[in-house]
Amino acid sequence: MSDPETYSAAGEVGQVRLRRTRMQRIWIDLKNAPPTALFGMTVIVIYAFTGIFAPWLAPHGQAEIFSQPYAPWGGEFLLGTDQIGRDIFSRLIYGARNTIGIALATTLISFVIGGGFGLMAAITQNWIDQVLSRFVDVLMAIPSLIFALMLLSIFGSNAWSLIFIIAVLDSTRVFRLTRAVSLNVVVMDYVEAAKLRGEKLGWIMRREILPNILPPLVAEFGLRFSFVFLSIAALSFLGVGIQPPTADWGSMVRENASLIQFAKYDLKGAMTPLVPAAAIALLTIAVNFVVDWFLHKTSGLKDEH
Amino acid sequence: MPAYQRYFGWVAGVLQGDFGYSFSGRAASGVDRSRAVVDLIGPRLNNTLFLASMTALIAVPLSLFLGITTALYRNSVYDRVVNAVTLTTIATPEFFVAYILILFLASLYQVFPSLANIDASMTMGEKIYKSALPSMTLTLVIVAHMMRMTRAAIINLLASPYIEMARLKGVTSTRVILYHALPNAWAPISTVIAFNLAYLVVGVVVVEVVFVYPGVGQLMVDAVRTRDIPVVQACALFFAGTYIMLNLIADIIGIITNPRLLHPR
Amino acid sequence: MSTKDRGTKGDILLDMKDIVIDGFSDERWHEIIKGVDLTLKRGEVLGLIGESGAGKSTLGLAAMGFARPGCRLTSGEIVFDGMELRAMPEKQKQKLWGTRIAYVAQSAAAAFNPAHKLIDQTIESSIRNGAVSEKEAQADAIELYRAMQLPDPENIGFRFPHQVSGGQLQRAMTAMAMASRPDLIIFDEPTTALDVTTQVNVLAAMRDAVERFNTAAIYITHDLAVVAQMADRIKVLRYGVEMEEAETRKMLKTPENAYTKSLWSVRSIHKKPETSDDNILQIQGVDAAYGKGENVLHDVNISVPRGKTVAIVGESGSGKSTTARVVTGLLPPNKGKVLFNGEVLPAQLKDRSKDQLRRIQMIYQMADTAMNPRQTIGEIIGRPLEFYTGLKGRAQEAKVIELLQMIELDDSFLDRLPNELSGGQKQRVCIARALAANPEVIICDEVTSALDQIVQEGILQLLLKLQKDLDVSYIFITHDIATVQAISDEIVVMLEGEVVEQGLKTQIMEPPYPDYTKLLLSSVPEMDPDWLTNLLKERGEA
Repeated sequence: MSDPETYSAAGEVGQVRLRRTRMQRIWIDLKNAPPTALFGMTVIVIYAFTGIFAPWLAPHGQAEIFSQPYAPWGGEFLLGTDQIGRDIFSRLIYGARNTIGIALATTLISFVIGGGFGLMAAITQNWIDQVLSRFVDVLMAIPSLIFALMLLSIFGSNAWSLIFIIAVLDSTRVFRLTRAVSLNVVVMDYVEAAKLRGEKLGWIMRREILPNILPPLVAEFGLRFSFVFLSIAALSFLGVGIQPPTADWGSMVRENASLIQFAKYDLKGAMTPLVPAAAIALLTIAVNFVVDWFLHKTSGLKDEH
Repeated sequence: MPAYQRYFGWVAGVLQGDFGYSFSGRAASGVDRSRAVVDLIGPRLNNTLFLASMTALIAVPLSLFLGITTALYRNSVYDRVVNAVTLTTIATPEFFVAYILILFLASLYQVFPSLANIDASMTMGEKIYKSALPSMTLTLVIVAHMMRMTRAAIINLLASPYIEMARLKGVTSTRVILYHALPNAWAPISTVIAFNLAYLVVGVVVVEVVFVYPGVGQLMVDAVRTRDIPVVQACALFFAGTYIMLNLIADIIGIITNPRLLHPR
Repeated sequence: MSTKDRGTKGDILLDMKDIVIDGFSDERWHEIIKGVDLTLKRGEVLGLIGESGAGKSTLGLAAMGFARPGCRLTSGEIVFDGMELRAMPEKQKQKLWGTRIAYVAQSAAAAFNPAHKLIDQTIESSIRNGAVSEKEAQADAIELYRAMQLPDPENIGFRFPHQVSGGQLQRAMTAMAMASRPDLIIFDEPTTALDVTTQVNVLAAMRDAVERFNTAAIYITHDLAVVAQMADRIKVLRYGVEMEEAETRKMLKTPENAYTKSLWSVRSIHKKPETSDDNILQIQGVDAAYGKGENVLHDVNISVPRGKTVAIVGESGSGKSTTARVVTGLLPPNKGKVLFNGEVLPAQLKDRSKDQLRRIQMIYQMADTAMNPRQTIGEIIGRPLEFYTGLKGRAQEAKVIELLQMIELDDSFLDRLPNELSGGQKQRVCIARALAANPEVIICDEVTSALDQIVQEGILQLLLKLQKDLDVSYIFITHDIATVQAISDEIVVMLEGEVVEQGLKTQIMEPPYPDYTKLLLSSVPEMDPDWLTNLLKERGEA
């Protein structure tokens, strides 16, 4: 290589890399993942399992009322019962299903809306883009929790309006991100090359743009999910989110909050409202850890210098 | 009346300081006990602003300090610890932080009261004492956000070629920060502050409910539950107005400190 | 100000021994500089030359005892005027920087702080230790601006960086480095970002300043002709290893190392210009503008003979690339038309037929951004085959392999991704993608300017060979006169959106010239140490 006499194009040094199958690469990535990411993934898997198999895992029904309100921890009720005598442990398990399920549905809807329009705006870059962008500016000029509270007072608090309102408000951020990352890709020469070749818009979107904006969008999905999850928990905690008797972590904190006053007499009982709150915190932290690692991997950034 | 006429009627009223009457108290009994929205919000407005400014006074300097120092000593143990703590706080719901504080500082060890039921007759000292826990909760949540954004903004700035140039001119690190980085950092920093005072607005609502603090946030939540639309409207107007105003101020600071705009060609 | 003892010319000022520098990437430390020695005498200028990744900037900064974040000075000795810099504490080094050792950065536009006036930044180092007052320092800075031939030297310092042009900023930065009369200045590619006509003035000003104050300097660049004007001695680096060091004239006349010889190679290609009356493409009377703005092209007429190469030359903003956009249909002209084989091409891309699109292909400057990072080389070259000719499966793969062989690569590249290739290989793949369409005209937009010299030569050779085999025409857009010499049949010179002249290469490159062509051609540095001196003398007389 150092001798120009024997120069050959194929011999130029590119990045040498062993070729591996997709499964092998994923396995190697997992093996090299930092402990925080592994911890995050484990937590997520456990939560998902709990959510999916809630009816089989929970000892009692989520709305089943027993004769003994505020039962202490241990015995028949692992975490005691709440103010009207429902088993808190069972409600916690069902809560995984309800709270995560609703947050997931909301995030998916917000990505379909925000992602679709964002991609459209970035590619067309005409009046559609202008109208959409200004509309999003207006929606984002008001803090989303306040906006959500206002809309909930108009449409009433039920699961469907909750999902839809949060999804629409949240899609504004997805729109901005999708539009921004797509704009970065749209100006690339390879997109221009595809246009010059005469490719159809759909092909360019599918084959040239989408594969390149996917990593940041996947990461954003994680972050958006935690944000939506926290918003819904906050709304439920305020009593305007998911309505009883559906078990939900946010409302469970609220319902049992008064127990905390008696920490001196019954520390375990006082912990009762903290358990669902901790469940919320744990999941969002886990998701954040995984997203951090994923961003680090896909951006190719080796930390800022 | 059609909706748009009622809407313009409401806007006209608002401009004259008339926010209408609350739905609650309009009993079927015939006696109308409903109160003007202004009377409901008025005293609470002061309380909320009191809590918010008390928090901002602590949170803004603290987070700027943490943000700048972690940016300077990035990848040090100090930086890692602060980052891990703030990441955890960000991912935690406000009410979780609030109840943890109550558990330790009010219930197990009675340092501060868990009910922040302040009223106009109290002295300043009493008010501050009563609002300590809500203010602490808000501070924890906001500092985390604000500190991370400040850190990112400063690191971004320190990567500029003109900062390297300044270092290669032998300028001391203090002067690099104060003379070379800071004049270019006002815009990103003011954006960060405004953005996070918005978290304050949101955080206020949840925290007020937890601590039964008589502010606008709690009023709004109660109104949403009873679907008392005039009150909700007025509260939303207050929060949105504050938020937009703060962002506007940040934008103006960003513009007037930009040398390119200060000194046109 | 120059009261301090500068020592006598000829004493050793800087002595670097067995320098090893590591850089952190891919989660581990790699050696960037692998044991290089460097000595510099007082008043001497050393040219440090090498391609991208040779480690020349890293070594230059190490001469100040500075390592960029992500790098570390692993071992070796850096002795500056009797002081060892590698082990010296940061505080003490700060006292040297800006006063005894100064640095001139590649992009002055980015390296000046936007928030402060030029003069405040210029005198920052010299007033630091309180030896001179602000007033004195300002007066001195104005003198330096004058010496640097900046316009309006009394007032230019009181402007902000964004109010001054790039070439002027670069001169102001040299003035800033000179302000405290340092013993040593590190010039880090100071003219790379400038147009050739601007470069001449900046080079002259820098050389003058260094001579006037008897300052020693390390001049870092990848351009041999530039370094030949500036340096007394030249050191050639490659992959962090020294290839050769010699006195400038000796190095230019008799380079010893095989690699050093190859750095000249691009200039060894000379295509014999031919022309033909059979024009495949004609641009006639084209005016064009972006959006509703002012016209950036004015009445452009260019004709491209079949199977020949037309090079469009001009500085940044001359309208070369805009012309290419009109031809491809990305930018419909406001006036005029483009003829292909005598037929008018539709102005808009979307009105052109698949076959019309196929016949004109494009190769870009940055091969990195011209290939989708998530498609394999096989997919990238295969797509035009499938799109234009419907070739699929085995037949497509066979054709792709054939194309890879044409560009001197083999079938092992089929399932690689672009980021696994070197710069030259990427550009070759882009050429293969254009060839896959079996085009009649290929537009090459600065295709070699991002590549290192030795790789450039390979690409140019390949393009010439392909032209011979396939009888394809090239529109070759470039700002580099050496490349033009190597590859073109005809040359079009553009300035501010207008065609200055078009003609056969031999005809354009020889007098009589129109004024601008003369300025442009004479500003291109030549591999002659006396070139700049002679040019300045010539221009002074004119």
